[in-house]
Amino acid sequence: MTATTATPNHSQSASVPSRPPPRRICLICSKGTLDMAYPGLVLANAARMNGIGAMIFFTFWGLDLITKKKVDRLRVATVGNPSLPIPTWLGAIPGVAAFVTRQMKRGMAKLDIPTIPEFLEMLEAGSCEMYACKMAMDMLKLTPADLVPQVTGVLTAMEFMDKSEGAQIIFI
Amino acid sequence: MPAITLAGKQFDVDENGFLQDPAQWSDEVALGLAQTEGIEKLTDEHWKVVRYLREYYMKFHVAPSIRMLCKQTGLPLKQIYQLFPSGPAKGACKLAGMPKPTGCV
Repeated sequence: MTATTATPNHSQSASVPSRPPPRRICLICSKGTLDMAYPGLVLANAARMNGIGAMIFFTFWGLDLITKKKVDRLRVATVGNPSLPIPTWLGAIPGVAAFVTRQMKRGMAKLDIPTIPEFLEMLEAGSCEMYACKMAMDMLKLTPADLVPQVTGVLTAMEFMDKSEGAQIIFI
Repeated sequence: MPAITLAGKQFDVDENGFLQDPAQWSDEVALGLAQTEGIEKLTDEHWKVVRYLREYYMKFHVAPSIRMLCKQTGLPLKQIYQLFPSGPAKGACKLAGMPKPTGCV
């Protein structure tokens, strides 16, 4: 009897060292406060600086980070933020959020930490893909013209599944 | 400890291929390390970045921030990524013979 079906040569394929696929991370930024804006952008930037692929998906209040009118006006949450060393009733008083935000920005400038708009520019220079969530944009009545120019595009949840394939996903 | 052979000599490196001893660095070593990063030829711009990083590291024993690197070399960040496809922290610092940066920005 002659063999008619080719048997895959397992021993050969096993001896060829297979290279792991290049690492990629995908960050989902869902919060719009100044303190929650930084983690995603810092991590995406650290990834790119180390030659690791990075993409960010901005959804819900995370869209504030890439909305022209909001990106420069992000604030620290002074209400409902138990980590802040001030009582909640004080945080609710007009002007307090602005004051705390100013203090935090000053502290960051002292440490030479880039501002949010600067981070977006750095990420664009490093070819980090930045996408806005279609559903959240519809909900907040935003159009692509409302977004900063560094944004790569707008994605639906289904499209996000394709774009994030193989990436390590981090939700913030 | 892993080792690599550059310009006919052996060098101890860490698991990411960074020189263990920054004092062993030389122009020839940088050329050899460039090959490991897939950089064919080192241009004047490459050297400008490498020499600045080297100088800064020897002085402060830490890597400069990315903003400082752009400002001092006069190169836009986009170009630095083009020069060092594996990123300024991994590619450029490796060529400068310094350890992998540990800072956040």
